[in-house]
Amino acid sequence: MSFSLKVNGKSVTVDVPPDMPLLWVLRDVLDLKGTKYGCGIAQCGACTVHLKGVPVRSCSMPISSMQGMEITTIEGLSADGTHPVQQAWQEIDVPQCGYCQAGQIMVAASLVAQKKNPSDADIDAAMTNICRCGTYNRIRKAVHRAAALGGAPATKAHGATDDEQMEATR
Amino acid sequence: MTTSVTVDRRAFLRVVAIAGGGMLFGSYVRTLNAMSPDASPDASPDGYTFNPFIKITPDGKVTIIGKNPEVGQGIKTSLPMVIAEELDVDWKMVTVEQAISDQRKYGVQFAGGSLSTPMNYEAMRGVGAAARWMLIAAAAKTWGVPAGECTTSHGTVRHASTKRSLAYGKLLGAVATITPPALPKAAGGTAEVATAADGTPVALKDPKSFRLLGTRVPQVDDKRIVTGKPLFGIDVVVPGMAHAVFEKCPVFGGKVVSANLDRIKSMPGVKAAFVVDGGAALDGLLSGVAIVADTWWNARTARNQLQVQWNEGPTATQSSEGYAKRALELSALPPEKVVRRDGDFEGAMKGAAATAEGAYFYPFISHATLEPQNCTAHFKDGKLEIWAPTQMPQPGRQLVSKTMGIAEDDITIHMTRIGGGFGRRLKNDYMVEAAWIARQAGMPVKLLWTREDDMHHDHYRQAGYFWLKGGVDANGRLVAWRNHFIMDNVAANQFPARFIPHYALETSALPHGVPTGALRAPGSNGLAFVIQSFIDELAHAAGKDPLQFRLDLLSQPLLPATGPADQGIMDPERMKGVLELVREKSGWGKKLPKGTGMGVAFHFSHRGYFAEVVQATVGAKGALKIDKVWVAGDIGRQIVNQSGAENQGQGAAIDGISEALGQEITISAGRVMQNNFDAYPLVRMDKAPPVEVFFLITDNPVTGLGEPALPPVIPALCNAIFTVTGKRIRSLPIGNQLAG
Repeated sequence: MSFSLKVNGKSVTVDVPPDMPLLWVLRDVLDLKGTKYGCGIAQCGACTVHLKGVPVRSCSMPISSMQGMEITTIEGLSADGTHPVQQAWQEIDVPQCGYCQAGQIMVAASLVAQKKNPSDADIDAAMTNICRCGTYNRIRKAVHRAAALGGAPATKAHGATDDEQMEATR
Repeated sequence: MTTSVTVDRRAFLRVVAIAGGGMLFGSYVRTLNAMSPDASPDASPDGYTFNPFIKITPDGKVTIIGKNPEVGQGIKTSLPMVIAEELDVDWKMVTVEQAISDQRKYGVQFAGGSLSTPMNYEAMRGVGAAARWMLIAAAAKTWGVPAGECTTSHGTVRHASTKRSLAYGKLLGAVATITPPALPKAAGGTAEVATAADGTPVALKDPKSFRLLGTRVPQVDDKRIVTGKPLFGIDVVVPGMAHAVFEKCPVFGGKVVSANLDRIKSMPGVKAAFVVDGGAALDGLLSGVAIVADTWWNARTARNQLQVQWNEGPTATQSSEGYAKRALELSALPPEKVVRRDGDFEGAMKGAAATAEGAYFYPFISHATLEPQNCTAHFKDGKLEIWAPTQMPQPGRQLVSKTMGIAEDDITIHMTRIGGGFGRRLKNDYMVEAAWIARQAGMPVKLLWTREDDMHHDHYRQAGYFWLKGGVDANGRLVAWRNHFIMDNVAANQFPARFIPHYALETSALPHGVPTGALRAPGSNGLAFVIQSFIDELAHAAGKDPLQFRLDLLSQPLLPATGPADQGIMDPERMKGVLELVREKSGWGKKLPKGTGMGVAFHFSHRGYFAEVVQATVGAKGALKIDKVWVAGDIGRQIVNQSGAENQGQGAAIDGISEALGQEITISAGRVMQNNFDAYPLVRMDKAPPVEVFFLITDNPVTGLGEPALPPVIPALCNAIFTVTGKRIRSLPIGNQLAG
């Protein structure tokens, strides 16, 4: 079946089974590999993307429910890693294996867009993704740092360039 | 894990001009256990293999090869840092490239046993220092001055008295006329001086002059990680690639009798479906059904319709309850094996002023790497190309070669970034599965396990059952200790052997059909819980401060070694050093609010010394909050990357806490009962305490950090819980033991 949606600011149409989760449309149809598979049951958060700016777990969202929706993935957060959350993550050297970090960053980007100065309790409540390597101390520090860098709208204003999107959604 | 490798680092630097005007600095590293009689085409006549680690181009850019798999331990950053330090270039001039798996070129390549740093630190210094020596020689020759008057900094050779300087990139032509020196040997982590052909010493840098090592360097892949670039095994795309799932018997070692393949082949997108016979080894190719489709989702959807008749085999009658029952029976019988007996345990117990006794248990646990097992393989014209997130590429090549009858030289393995290892990917079952499926399907295939596959088909951390007794004398000295360990083997020199005069270590085997393997700090991650918890019991029995009691234990005269197996125990002075450091940093002994307390533990493993303090608060209905963790470690004279080292220390502590709080794999009817993270809880942000990491720098060989920080945190937490509640945790996970 055919479904149309907007991914990282670009309209795309995909012909896939209706129960195919958004995660697999992104990864295997649109070749956007930044969004990760971890559990398939919305437990770990490695697959987090923004749906109209709100973080959602794409492994458990069938494409049939995505018709006309606006999705932002890690590839669309900024053109070159300059979103304040991405900057903070690099500055603080958050990752170990790095596998969960795209999902963590998507949640954090939404958090700092909504709360100018998130408290530790806000971070505990919002940042529920699993980091198997246990980089939580640095994730917390980086969220605070990103907020200090000015946060950012979760999806707009930091969109990828057209060229990058062309490449990303080829 | 146990890996026996013999590396002969008699190595010689050779220079070869490369296309584009750059130079390759490389070395011949003879790797005895990797030597093959059928030498590869690029092997030189003397049997050494060209081993390029450093490339410099005329524009001064430096490319350094990271030789070992990157699993999140930071080795792709830290080993190239060591080369860059001795080469004396600025880190911003350096680009790091990941090596492919080729042990004849790069020496032994694996990520395990916290060995990457101790096995490579001095060798990588040598690689950098020898190249720097050549650049100095080239500049001295160009200027007609003695090499001894030349210095280097920031990728430039300088001659102070004539105020001349040349960037490395400008010296490449002259370098080609210099005879390469022999690389410094690295024997047991001790740096030795290399010599040029004329006997001139090639000195390593004085560590006091290090500018890069010991600083905070972010991982070289950070930007690619935060922008979502395809780095991991799961991200690999090969033109024409199909996607596979592989269903194995839920009972370990079970075999396919029949499957509804015709039905599966009729499902949308399915390109192939077939039975794989497999063999008997639980870490090799096992029996199962492969489904290959155009997308992974279609393969997985078809699998929902799969009906397999299994021959479940003998393990189908086994269960965790059965293991526990058998362990209890064995505990009442004389031990199968007396591993060690010092002094007179029974006599000492009779004369003891205070005693303690406890039965301890820790369960099977799963590695649960966040990136599920996966591998991509392409078989074409008799050759295999593999992209694998593996900690052990060469044993993977050997497994695939043996299983499929393909020569090792016809198997290329690309080492992808790895989404967590923790020892899981020391095994290569996913690699041989992908290779087999790709060949039979006749197309490139990416095999991806579901999370459920991953949890059901791990090589689990071995469970263990322990019956302990111990006693202290009238002076509060730990004098008697007996440990009956029921499961498998334990080293005769395992702490506290030789620290206690009347000591008995006994084992009884409990055979089972569950596949087990190394999990971060194998052995130690469970043993430390048992040993350091029971020491705590005896400290309290003696009425002593638990930290001081440990210092006193470490100060007791060591019993003489009884044989070679007794060597290699910890240096008590180094452990006392980190205990004192953690005492100071944690403010041990300070007054804490009611309901809050501290626990301490130490453990020596993987050549690292770690003492850790946990502060915990237990509230109403047993609600546990871990307030803070202090980690004090001694891993030798040099921290390679301060940022990476702290990250490992924090991660190890949180990993251990995660194991202690909720992780348990249970077996029923020969199969794993947990399917996914909803039944196998990993610690999340709200339960992860702040962890402060401190290093004690001592004049000892530089060692690794992936593992040794983990073991002490579990008993430190359990000991803190005892301080607060008086409840002794003798069985993991802690789960809801504190409730009610």
